Amino acid sequence: MTMSEATAAAEGGSAVGVQVAAENPPVDGAAEDAVIGKWAEDTQEASVIAPDKLTAYLTYLRDRQGYDLLSSVTCVDYSAYGGKLRDGVGERFELVYHLYSTQKGGGPAVLHVRVPENETVASATGVYPGANLQECEVYDLYGIKFEGHPNLRRVLLWDGFNGYPMRKDWKEAYHEADAKPFRSRHPQGDYQWHEDKVPWGKNATYPAGWDPDSWRPPITYVPVSQAPADAHSDEFETESIVVNLGPHHPSTHGVFRMLTRIKGETILALEPEMGYLHRNHEKIGERNTWLMNMPFTDRLDYINSMSNNLGYALAVEKLAGIEVPERAQYIRVIMAELTRIVNHTWSIGFILNDLGALQTPALYAIEEREMILDLFEEVSGARLMCNYMRFGGVVRDLTAGWEERVRYLAHERLPRALDELDRLLSDNEIVKARGRGVGHLSAKDLLSLSVSGPMIRAAGVPYDIRKAEPYCIYDRFDFDIPTLPESDIYARYYIRLLEARESVKILQQALRDIPQGEVLGGKGGYTLRPPEGEAYQRVEAPKGELGFYLVSDAKPNPYRYHVRSPSFINLNALGPMCVGYKVADAVVILGAIDIVLGEVDR
Amino acid sequence: MFGTGLLKGLGVTLKHFAETYIDDRKPAPSRYADSIQLEHGRRIIDQPITQEGLLTIQYPEEKRLLPERFRYIPMLLWDTEKGEDRCTACGICAKVCPPQCIWIVRDSDENGKPVTRPAEFFIDVAVCMSCSFCVEFCPFDAIKMNHDYELAVYDRYPQLVYDKEELTVPLEYYAAMWPEQFAAEQEVLRKAEEEERAKAEAKAKAAEAKAKAGDATKADKPKRTPEEIEAMKQKAAARSAAAKEKAAGDENDGEKAGDKSGDDADKKARLEELKRKAAERAQQRKQGEG
Repeated sequence: MTMSEATAAAEGGSAVGVQVAAENPPVDGAAEDAVIGKWAEDTQEASVIAPDKLTAYLTYLRDRQGYDLLSSVTCVDYSAYGGKLRDGVGERFELVYHLYSTQKGGGPAVLHVRVPENETVASATGVYPGANLQECEVYDLYGIKFEGHPNLRRVLLWDGFNGYPMRKDWKEAYHEADAKPFRSRHPQGDYQWHEDKVPWGKNATYPAGWDPDSWRPPITYVPVSQAPADAHSDEFETESIVVNLGPHHPSTHGVFRMLTRIKGETILALEPEMGYLHRNHEKIGERNTWLMNMPFTDRLDYINSMSNNLGYALAVEKLAGIEVPERAQYIRVIMAELTRIVNHTWSIGFILNDLGALQTPALYAIEEREMILDLFEEVSGARLMCNYMRFGGVVRDLTAGWEERVRYLAHERLPRALDELDRLLSDNEIVKARGRGVGHLSAKDLLSLSVSGPMIRAAGVPYDIRKAEPYCIYDRFDFDIPTLPESDIYARYYIRLLEARESVKILQQALRDIPQGEVLGGKGGYTLRPPEGEAYQRVEAPKGELGFYLVSDAKPNPYRYHVRSPSFINLNALGPMCVGYKVADAVVILGAIDIVLGEVDR
Repeated sequence: MFGTGLLKGLGVTLKHFAETYIDDRKPAPSRYADSIQLEHGRRIIDQPITQEGLLTIQYPEEKRLLPERFRYIPMLLWDTEKGEDRCTACGICAKVCPPQCIWIVRDSDENGKPVTRPAEFFIDVAVCMSCSFCVEFCPFDAIKMNHDYELAVYDRYPQLVYDKEELTVPLEYYAAMWPEQFAAEQEVLRKAEEEERAKAEAKAKAAEAKAKAGDATKADKPKRTPEEIEAMKQKAAARSAAAKEKAAGDENDGEKAGDKSGDDADKKARLEELKRKAAERAQQRKQGEG
């Protein structure tokens, strides 16, 4: 396409452009057209995409460039940005897409789309169905509407919530200041007791002239009624009904609701409902200083806080360019792999719990977890909320004799325990009968739904960030990425066992090679001010791809702090996986995704 | 053959059962090997990493031996040797605290001049997230993590808002709880003191040498005239008078720590007073803004 044609197309109105792009498969030339600029080249290269060419460009990336995994979709409100990078840009919001290729591996394609206030954007769900929940989240927290999204709704907040809390001009109830530390605590020495903040005071806001009786939710959706009509007729003429599983249901692993339409025992449609544990982690993160976020990340996926610490520390190190000493690198890997074993044994135990084998396998599985948590406590001071990593290393060195104990664990105890778990469960006829062929979804579908972690490896995709885009020092260790082709409950159970064994392998090597020396490079202190720019760092957390997207405007507080949480995004696949199976299977299918509600709701 | 998997699994549970049963029938089960026996059958258990069989600890009769680095709620150290708080009310802990649950009122002397000592030190332990940042960043080793985790009370307010008396512990308590870290800190202190002494000695020696060498030059040093000295005196007097005046104005502001009884009613009254002031100041701020 020549230059004049391109300008003509750009002037020709967006509506036409979108239609043409959607109908015709894009040619390679469309790609150059769509890119209208670059942003933040110093930290991480990002292309600015014309809003009307977004879907075309995404299709191009997926079909021609092999970017089959839409990892993260998020938004930044730049209305209060203090940096210089966006001088001269009028649009208030910027949507950020991170795409990866599971075949090629390597770094992301980062797309920015600038959106003025009150404008809509084309939804990416047509190209990547996995954008579903993430676009809902952006709509929920930023109020950006996506055209063509099948079911745009508030996922984390309730329908009547006033305002969009992640916008910079939105103030929370009892808003004190935009950034910590609050001057009221020091030097003023004041404090507002929470008891004084009465719930019927002013912690809820309403639009002017709001009338509860006449109010209707802004976007009406009736998901479960959209279920396809039951095609085959039984001898019984049964009506389909809507049943809520949860929010208080032991199978939901927390406060989580599955809105199902069932006919008899068969699920016709299923919609995940979440947000009961929502605390707007990201808004808190933007109030906090960079360091203060570290203990907050513990509270995301509270089964493995070490992984969360690691992801956040790596992201900030990437942004600020902080070096990590050698010994700290090894300690980080040891902690991350220990926590993976903790998570996998835990999740195996609870898949079995969901299958109806109440408590016995779970207690057998989490026995070694006790030992590992004791070890965490010994070095970090806490079993769950470790808060152990810092920017530039880890906070304290290992205690005397700690390495010896982990060596015993890695060489004796854990292999034995995993073998025992294998003997206890893997050949069990009931596990096989309940697990084989249940909750099947093809690898292609899973990837298009942005699913990551053990879920896709149990579908035969050998994709592991530790290999595909190595972080820390994972490229020094010899380990395999186990895969299973079946993509059913049983495979998802068994893949975790295999992965735990690989973790033991990494542990043994790390313990063999760990050097002496410093554990905390630089200051890592609370006055950190990373240079202006953005960074996205993902780690292979036990549950999948855990990403931290950070934007800095060189202030002591993050300008944007976004968590791409695997539990939340893997729930994209819950509905499609459950359709056609029985209610009792849905419980296990959810269990095999392995979610933690602290991370889903954030 | 169908059922072999089941039998294999049952074999595992049976093995576990047998091992645990045999161990438990012994007069001294292996899980009590390194435990500390207390009165009334209570004990503190230290499980080795090699522990097999039953791992269950029968809390509250049995408790785990906590590692030194265990962190729960901060405590303030009272230096028993020097007879003073280690805290200097610098406020770094309040600044780094992620949930912002620490707030400090700085003490002032009789003239109303702020001194490096806290008059009030509060931690809302219901908000505290046990992250230990206050400990990490305290430049005076004045705040440390307490191991005491049984803090259940009936009311959050005021019981869970810990004041200075509740937070303060003597240095020995800390030394017993964190022996390794305490020793390391003492070592650093000792070294610093030694260095200081060495420096002071060197300085004294140098001064002596200088004095010996430069008796002649000393006479050359220009002296202040009596008029100049008089002027400086007047200035100082004016400054102190101004400070006194200001102190008189601020007198009702200087909240003093009252009795040390720790009585809830007293504490509540004190908290109420602080709250009232905080509300007043907030009101003033609001008026200033609006």
